[in-house]
Amino acid sequence: MGNAIVLKYHVSTEDFTRAGEASSDVKGKLKQMGVSPAAVRKVAIAMYEGEINMVIHARGGEITVEITPEQIKMVLADVGPGIPDIDKAMQAGWSTAPDEVRNLGFGAGMGLPNMKKYTDHMEIETELGVGTTITMLVNL
Amino acid sequence: MTIQELIDSNMFQVVNVGEETERAITTPFCCDLLSIAMGRAPAGCAWVTVMGNMNTLAVATLAEAACIIMAEGTALDEVAMKKARDQEITVLATELPVFDAALKVYQGLHG
Repeated sequence: MGNAIVLKYHVSTEDFTRAGEASSDVKGKLKQMGVSPAAVRKVAIAMYEGEINMVIHARGGEITVEITPEQIKMVLADVGPGIPDIDKAMQAGWSTAPDEVRNLGFGAGMGLPNMKKYTDHMEIETELGVGTTITMLVNL
Repeated sequence: MTIQELIDSNMFQVVNVGEETERAITTPFCCDLLSIAMGRAPAGCAWVTVMGNMNTLAVATLAEAACIIMAEGTALDEVAMKKARDQEITVLATELPVFDAALKVYQGLHG
């Protein structure tokens, strides 16, 4: 990872008007670097889902993206409430999003399943009352 | 059929003309839940929806939809309209129901 390009983003609290800015920025940078369109799409979708989750559930957080010739690593860290039951959270359709979020078209319970689907590896570390860190890898 | 050809067909009202209008439309796609659209919208689709907030625009960009078609007489809200202009996303609109709007695109693609 010595020659990795590292990008860092702060995700604001419950700011739906800005949600997706970090993902859009990463997408643009990866395109400029000549990363394959398929990999760019995977990263953009997985990261956007993570970004939205941070806004909905965790009052924002920090995202670090490391780009090497072999892979793109995304680390999404928040100090939110933590995930009580990861198995349930991973089920398509399971959601704890509040009604005002559902009214915006979110809360379909597809966030974590989409993140897993569009990455080559995903790990969730979570502790109730402390926060959640999700690490995702997309191989190039 | 390209985005420009869809615009020129006058099937739909033109809300905003974005970039890359020579891009080919692959298929119509209908969905209002953004997380499902995010995961399943095919790249290059004409996305028919009634959800007109700025997150619709973000999903369209990230999932690489060719354009958005607002159906059932729905409209983009003010913030979404600005984002469509800033990010140069093609947005069309119609009074037609979602299915009928998608069918028009399908017939345009398949004759």
